[in-house]
Amino acid sequence: MSAITSAHDPKSPLQKLRSATGSRRIFIHTVLIGVAIVMLYPLLWMLSSSFKPDTHIFTQPGLIPSSVRPENYSEGWSGSGNSFSLYITNSLIVTIGAVIGNVISCSLAAYAFARFEFRGKKIWFGLMLGTLMLPTQAVLIPQYTIFYNLTWINTYLPLIVPKFLAVDAFFIFLMVQFIRSIPRELDHAAMMDGANPFEIYWKIILPLMKPALITTTIFTFIWTYDDFLHQLVYLQQNDKFTVPLGLTLFMDQTSGSSYGAMFAMSTLALLPTLICFLIFQKRLVEGLATSGMKG
Amino acid sequence: MTTAKTDEVVKEQPAPATPSDQRERDRMRRRLARRRGGGWWPYAFLAPWFIGLFGLTIYPMLDSLYLSFTDFDLLTPAQWVGMDNYNKMFTDDPVFWDSVHATLLYVVVSVPLKLALALGVAMLLNRDLKGIGLYRAAFYLPSLLGGAVAIAIVWRQVFGGDGLFNDFLAWFGIKGQDWISSPDTALYTLILLAVWQFGTPMVIFLAGLKQLPKDVYEAAAIDGATPITRFFKITLPLLTPIVFFNVVLQIIDAFKTFTPAFVISNGSGGPLNSTMLYSLYLYKKGFTDLQMGYASALAWVLFLVIAGFTAVNFIASRYWVHYDD
Repeated sequence: MSAITSAHDPKSPLQKLRSATGSRRIFIHTVLIGVAIVMLYPLLWMLSSSFKPDTHIFTQPGLIPSSVRPENYSEGWSGSGNSFSLYITNSLIVTIGAVIGNVISCSLAAYAFARFEFRGKKIWFGLMLGTLMLPTQAVLIPQYTIFYNLTWINTYLPLIVPKFLAVDAFFIFLMVQFIRSIPRELDHAAMMDGANPFEIYWKIILPLMKPALITTTIFTFIWTYDDFLHQLVYLQQNDKFTVPLGLTLFMDQTSGSSYGAMFAMSTLALLPTLICFLIFQKRLVEGLATSGMKG
Repeated sequence: MTTAKTDEVVKEQPAPATPSDQRERDRMRRRLARRRGGGWWPYAFLAPWFIGLFGLTIYPMLDSLYLSFTDFDLLTPAQWVGMDNYNKMFTDDPVFWDSVHATLLYVVVSVPLKLALALGVAMLLNRDLKGIGLYRAAFYLPSLLGGAVAIAIVWRQVFGGDGLFNDFLAWFGIKGQDWISSPDTALYTLILLAVWQFGTPMVIFLAGLKQLPKDVYEAAAIDGATPITRFFKITLPLLTPIVFFNVVLQIIDAFKTFTPAFVISNGSGGPLNSTMLYSLYLYKKGFTDLQMGYASALAWVLFLVIAGFTAVNFIASRYWVHYDD
């Protein structure tokens, strides 16, 4: 009996399981749309508030402003002491420096871990993984005293130089996993042609690991751009401030009086991350998932 | 493995190698072996990392340990005070205990909620649905914006007295309050922010769910297992390595939370220290009060607590994490 029904039914039990019935499908979509609204509503609320006159932000909670006030943006931009363009420039200096540093130093270290056998490799690799779990707060104060003694406080060096020393073990780990998936035969072939290890790294490994380098670039960019704690600690004068610091300054000075401008600048502050997200959405999500999987 | 392969190759080629072939092959093999060992090459590639490891991690850790036994204000040389900082911390600093209380509550409430939501949504997304990419993107976006000051600013307004959250409650006829300035609820707005950012563990769960063996489910479906049985008997056990990975990561992350606590309380940790997360207290002691010796002691306690939590996690994992090998 069951043999007859299954002969008539081309779907396997699993497929039946997966292809939910129409009403179930609608139910799942409803739940997911509900969650999506909750997830995105605060962001949309910020966007809409950035166009509202101050008096409307808390009295007219709807998303569509009854009157649009683009001046929030121009006022916020020229707003708090320094122009916002200065903060954005400063943030760009810091983030671009950090990206270059991470891509170079982490790929070098990853190549060594993925392709060589050397004394104590397991211990070094274990130490590297251990630093993944080390909270930055644990070394914040002695690092500060080091940079203080180097008179690097209130410069961008404490935010950039460590990235050239491969302190973000997460990316080393990600790249090690990636390099291991590149066939060793390619290295061997290049070696027969007389290439030394650096040439193999430069001409073979680096070009092939572009996806991992792009993931590193995006995440370093976003995480450095948003890294409030270190910028707060190391940057002291307003003209050195980055976007997150500029925002808090702005928040203090205008407390209560100019919400519209504050929301306008908050929206602008999120733009670089949002643009990254929209362009690289797929890679971001997958890069994270695959690196997480192998952990 | 490589030797096995070359043996096979040799067997397939019965013709004896000429002496020059043999010499060439030997030279190649020696070069390969040397290259595996690598001589000084690996150290050259690792040089930046070594400098970073010793200069920016190991030395600072030891320095921090030393400083934690001193009185140090950055400007004058450190004065050795022995266990004073630790004694004061545990016996004579109510703010320390406030911060411990706030942090533990934050970790213990936010991490399970966040992971449960992440797993639940990942299960919903683990099927062929139209627009699945859009859902994934929408759920992941808040996590990506995670540490941004702008998000914390928005959150502060959303849960303020006349903010969005109270408008929402008003629909149900509930009269809200200023959630941020009440010591009973301020921490829960931070927890809600953390839970809202469930996207990262969700993506990792989703990747794990996609790798589960389909035939097991097929067999279970034939045996008539209900969805709930399938979840508890198949999905959850097979997923334990991923659950473990997420638990470890999220706990460490939660202990480190700084930005939202700083922004939402305007740097004060208030009201009544209810949002004084440990990282915020450490920052205030070190960089506002310039008590860097004391802050170093705080840092070492944080380090030990996180290491302890992680170690306990790893030990406990032997009893509930299943690896299929």
